[in-house]
Amino acid sequence: MLKTFRIGGIHPAANKLSAGKAIETAMLPEQAVVMLSQHIGAPAQAVVAKGDRVKTGTLIAKAGGFVSAHIHSPVSGTVLKIDLMTDASGYSKPAIFIQTEGDEWEESIIRDESLCTECRLSPSEIIEKITACGIVGLGGATFPTHVKLSPPPGMQASVLIVNAAECEPYLTADHALMLEKSEEILVGIQILMKALQVNRAVIGIENNKKDAIARFQQLIPRYPGIEICPLKMRYPQGGEKQLIDAVLRRQVPSGGLPIATGAVVQNAGTVFAVYEAVQKNKPLFERVVTVTGKSLNRPANYKVRTGTPVGQLIQAAGGLPEDTGKIISGGPMMGKALVNTDVPVTKGCSGILLLPRNEALRGEMSNCIRCARCISVCPMGLEPNLLMNLSLHNRWEEAEQEHIMDCIECGSCSYTCPARRPVLDYVRLGKGKVGALIRNRAAKK
Amino acid sequence: MNHKLILSPSPHIHSGNTVSQAMYGVLAALIPAFLVSLWFFGIGALIVTATSVLSCVLCEYLIRKYLLKEKPDIGDGSAILTGVLLAFNLPSNLPVWIVVIGAAVAIGIGKMSFGGLGCNIFNPALAGRVFLLISFPVQMTSWPVPEVLSLHYTDALTGATTLTQLKMNLSADFSYTDMLTGNTGGSLGEMSGIALLLGWAYLSWKKIITWHIPVSILGTVTLFSLLIGVDPVVQLLSGGLLLGAIFMATDYVTSPMSKRGMLVYGVGIGLLTVVIRQWGAYPEGMSFAILIMNAFTPLINMYIKPKRFGESVQHG
Repeated sequence: MLKTFRIGGIHPAANKLSAGKAIETAMLPEQAVVMLSQHIGAPAQAVVAKGDRVKTGTLIAKAGGFVSAHIHSPVSGTVLKIDLMTDASGYSKPAIFIQTEGDEWEESIIRDESLCTECRLSPSEIIEKITACGIVGLGGATFPTHVKLSPPPGMQASVLIVNAAECEPYLTADHALMLEKSEEILVGIQILMKALQVNRAVIGIENNKKDAIARFQQLIPRYPGIEICPLKMRYPQGGEKQLIDAVLRRQVPSGGLPIATGAVVQNAGTVFAVYEAVQKNKPLFERVVTVTGKSLNRPANYKVRTGTPVGQLIQAAGGLPEDTGKIISGGPMMGKALVNTDVPVTKGCSGILLLPRNEALRGEMSNCIRCARCISVCPMGLEPNLLMNLSLHNRWEEAEQEHIMDCIECGSCSYTCPARRPVLDYVRLGKGKVGALIRNRAAKK
Repeated sequence: MNHKLILSPSPHIHSGNTVSQAMYGVLAALIPAFLVSLWFFGIGALIVTATSVLSCVLCEYLIRKYLLKEKPDIGDGSAILTGVLLAFNLPSNLPVWIVVIGAAVAIGIGKMSFGGLGCNIFNPALAGRVFLLISFPVQMTSWPVPEVLSLHYTDALTGATTLTQLKMNLSADFSYTDMLTGNTGGSLGEMSGIALLLGWAYLSWKKIITWHIPVSILGTVTLFSLLIGVDPVVQLLSGGLLLGAIFMATDYVTSPMSKRGMLVYGVGIGLLTVVIRQWGAYPEGMSFAILIMNAFTPLINMYIKPKRFGESVQHG
């Protein structure tokens, strides 16, 4: 029997419209808008100024702390200005605007695409290179990769798990990458195993990607220590905690780090970025983005430079459909609704999804009938209905006791609620309040 | 571009589950039992059920429109379901006016006085039924004898039910076959074991209910009966036990929400039912047992929590 995580979960329609489509290279943007905050943690600090000439791959912003990441220019050209830009969060944040003039790459980057399996670097040298190239988790959470590769003192990783679940409906970016860059990903896994000093890696991949599973199975005899773990389709399998549970049957304790189970999880796209960084000296300035939607003419997977406005990708895929109600950066379960089509692609953008108006509108909410479906689907074993009510009544201390901070915001509760209650909206609100309470308490001590 | 974009937080898609889907699902599962009651009780079953459903729906409509002054949306099917369940707990020869009073109590007091769907503490149909049982004990305990496609209504021939015979220590041999098919006296929707089990299968297949509540009730009744030396099969197939365990105790609003809580609740109902049947004043205890455990539901919800992720792991 196929493995999966043990608590909760839902089965949304997969709608993988762009599955099996080859990765196309998107046109360079006329003007790249590079957000300084493309990762979790402190925003990067710009190291260029108006009028500076940059090449593709030039460092333009330095990490603003340990939990932060460098940012590199996605195009060659002239820095126009550093100004505010609305990003996927809907807030205006600082960004570097670069006028594109050709595509001249930094000389240090090896542009030859041939496979390079040999890596003689030491673990610390590998992590240095990953840091220098600004690699972050490409699954959507954008946690800086070098931080994950440096476990806190006293913690030792025993296994690397590659997150190839891609459990969000519609998205196929990782799938496409795994089909086209299978060997590069396997080499990337070996590099990460070396960095973590572990001799076991497991690729956790949902069973709907049979072609990718077959491809890996054919190749892994040449890569010792790497296993494939096909998983039963279930959302949110790609959640870090859920994936560890599915693959290893170990559960991260409440409030604890995944490393407590001995596992370090890296997304398949991240692994490819690590390969390019370590073997080809290539910083992270482009990624695969799925552009999809039921009304879209040509759903596709594009290799896109960061800083490209999403509108340009939608044009390439056949233009904005007349019935569009919502443009989402990411998948339909956890993605963010965009305010306009000028929002630039960032490192964490795995897809652009266009939902027709009739699907994008929320239904009218009615009384909770206490059917407990939110409880049975919650992958963290929480009581979303209770947390929502506590939030509604500002009962933050009780919400904390009911483990509101354990919520991973996967949205299964709202998705399944027959009364269409905005459960996650209120839980999220509560998390914000409770988080502030906890920080205040810590500050007082 | 003049598109107006919708902005709202994730998730952006919905399962399509609706409240009415669940309500109509339960109604569909009650169809076999209804057909059996039409067969054995004829016109009486039809009159009582129709009266009960119409009164419940009308009562909710009037309260919401004139008392609460809201848009009276009764399309969710919950009032229809309460009506059917109330009727299923009544004898098929009950006069129309008593049925109407029962429906008014079920909806008016049992449901709407608490705030409507989702807010009530007690199962509305059972609240109505117990109100009638206490107020009209004679009419509520005269059970028509099954007569295929009967045209008798209030003038139907009555006789003792299995449980009354047990209570009175009347000698009688119980036919398991009659109890399974429904060829026995009792409330109009509770007699046919097969029809109710069919409904259970449907509810489970459609994932409207989980196994926890019915199985814990039936399991407890079986074990407890064996322990005190009474025939468990007769206990399981008689009275409102199956109807209650499958359709009444599993009411979303008034039953616990965690799986472990459901088991505690089911065991409680099973124990109370047998206790009331054996040692109480009434021959049947299912309605009381469910109502009593309804009252414990908030407490169960407070103390019995679902298993959390990472709970069993040692905290470092």
